Amino acid sequence: MSGVEKILVHVRVNGEPREALVEPRTLLVELLREHFNLTGTHIGCDTTYCGACTVLLNGRTTKSCTMFAPMAEGGEIITVEGLSKDGELHPVQQAFAECHGLQCGFCTPGLLLSTVHLLSKTRKPSEKEIRKGIAGNTCRCTGYQNILKAVRAAAAEMGKS
Amino acid sequence: MSQVPNARVEAVYFSSAGGETAVSSCLSAPIAIECARTTTNDFCRSPTADTRHPKRQAENIVYAHPFSYHRAGSLLEASELLQQLGEEARLIAGGQSLIPLMKMRMVRPSALVDINFIPGLSEIRCSDGQLRFGALARHADIEESDAASSIPIVQDCAAGIADVQVRNQGTIGGSLAEADPSGDWGAVLLTLETSVRCSRPSGERTIALDDFFKDAYTTVLGHDELISEIIVKQPAKNSAGAYLAFKRSAPVYATASAAVQLTLGDSDTCKDVRIVLGCVGLTAIRAKEAEKTLREKKLEKKRIDSAVEAVRAAAEPQDDMRGSADYKRVLIAALVKRAIGIAARRARGEQVEAGHEYVGR
Repeated sequence: MSGVEKILVHVRVNGEPREALVEPRTLLVELLREHFNLTGTHIGCDTTYCGACTVLLNGRTTKSCTMFAPMAEGGEIITVEGLSKDGELHPVQQAFAECHGLQCGFCTPGLLLSTVHLLSKTRKPSEKEIRKGIAGNTCRCTGYQNILKAVRAAAAEMGKS
Repeated sequence: MSQVPNARVEAVYFSSAGGETAVSSCLSAPIAIECARTTTNDFCRSPTADTRHPKRQAENIVYAHPFSYHRAGSLLEASELLQQLGEEARLIAGGQSLIPLMKMRMVRPSALVDINFIPGLSEIRCSDGQLRFGALARHADIEESDAASSIPIVQDCAAGIADVQVRNQGTIGGSLAEADPSGDWGAVLLTLETSVRCSRPSGERTIALDDFFKDAYTTVLGHDELISEIIVKQPAKNSAGAYLAFKRSAPVYATASAAVQLTLGDSDTCKDVRIVLGCVGLTAIRAKEAEKTLREKKLEKKRIDSAVEAVRAAAEPQDDMRGSADYKRVLIAALVKRAIGIAARRARGEQVEAGHEYVGR
């Protein structure tokens, strides 16, 4: 369509090596959704605001709508699909379910990964650290109280082991 | 990292209404996206959606104009690529400002030179009384570094830029080179003795930050030139600063921001001070008159009040969706007043929290 040379991008997604030949302007979120059919990562605002497209890239959260796919070359990506293991929910997913930390669920994949990232850095986050940790994720349903509850519950559960 | 033509910038800067995006000082996302969609039709849609998912042709993903992609392995290769690819090529670092601008078609580079794969460009080092940030040091790296925690104003800034995700990608070099009027690092680093090391095919040069910004989105960097390192002189023991940025929510740019670095002398006199105002002009503004009313004077209410009055006069805010010019003038004055107070308390050795302020923090 554009006459621009396509680029072969290699990444590991949820532990699996994947590759795709894409136009350089392909966004990471679309690489995941359209090329790898991993549609758990959502596109919300598409303007670097809402955080619905948050994934882990090399252990750090990033808004996948704000990265061109070739920039992720060689990267280790974890999406929401990579959180549960052998049919068991990740403790953060479990906590969101139990605390009603979601309503429509659109923002949830991003919030889950932001929470995983927060708890990987801070085992026992303070209230302030929790708020700061999820400040880049917008939820339009819950009013955040149950999300905060879920993050606290996940921290407590993961702190046990 | 080079410049956006001024005419375009002004059109962007002064056309403000409606919503906001994390992109830039005064951009209006809904209008810009609508404009991009209606003027460029299918270019704005996903390059793959049309062929792979015919039923989803109307999916509204916002797409950058096509560009060729070049990965640089060294500083020299990056600047040579810029030289070869010409004026329409652009450098990409963290991409947290450039990608949104490209998606909204505010900028349409024909080629991108990616410097993220250049090794050793994100180091943060402390040596000989200097703090040295590699151009690719991410805001999150700076936030967590021991080196930066020794300068409170740097910590205030790094820890509050946008949100975790943006801080994980955005870089200090990219922020300075973009020269957004609402960028945080420009205002903060202008209060310190900062220089910028730059690299181009013909060699290196070091530029004082005071001489670095020319206009909104415009620096003195040549087209084939890029920042390699930012060097900050460690302030004296009796010197401390504070950065206060007031914003609506975490991911957006501030409505106004104040950076103050203050050196205390004997018996609570202000030996030296730098006051820089962010988001209230085409570049960060050094409030020199306000500094003059405090320098070599005792820090008392009357003096601070007249400094704040001078700040109000120095600000050149524009009306936009974040507030009217009048509102921003009141806001910047209040922020400077508080920042002076916090900087003075910190200079006396107190631990005081400061940084970006927004609802729900």
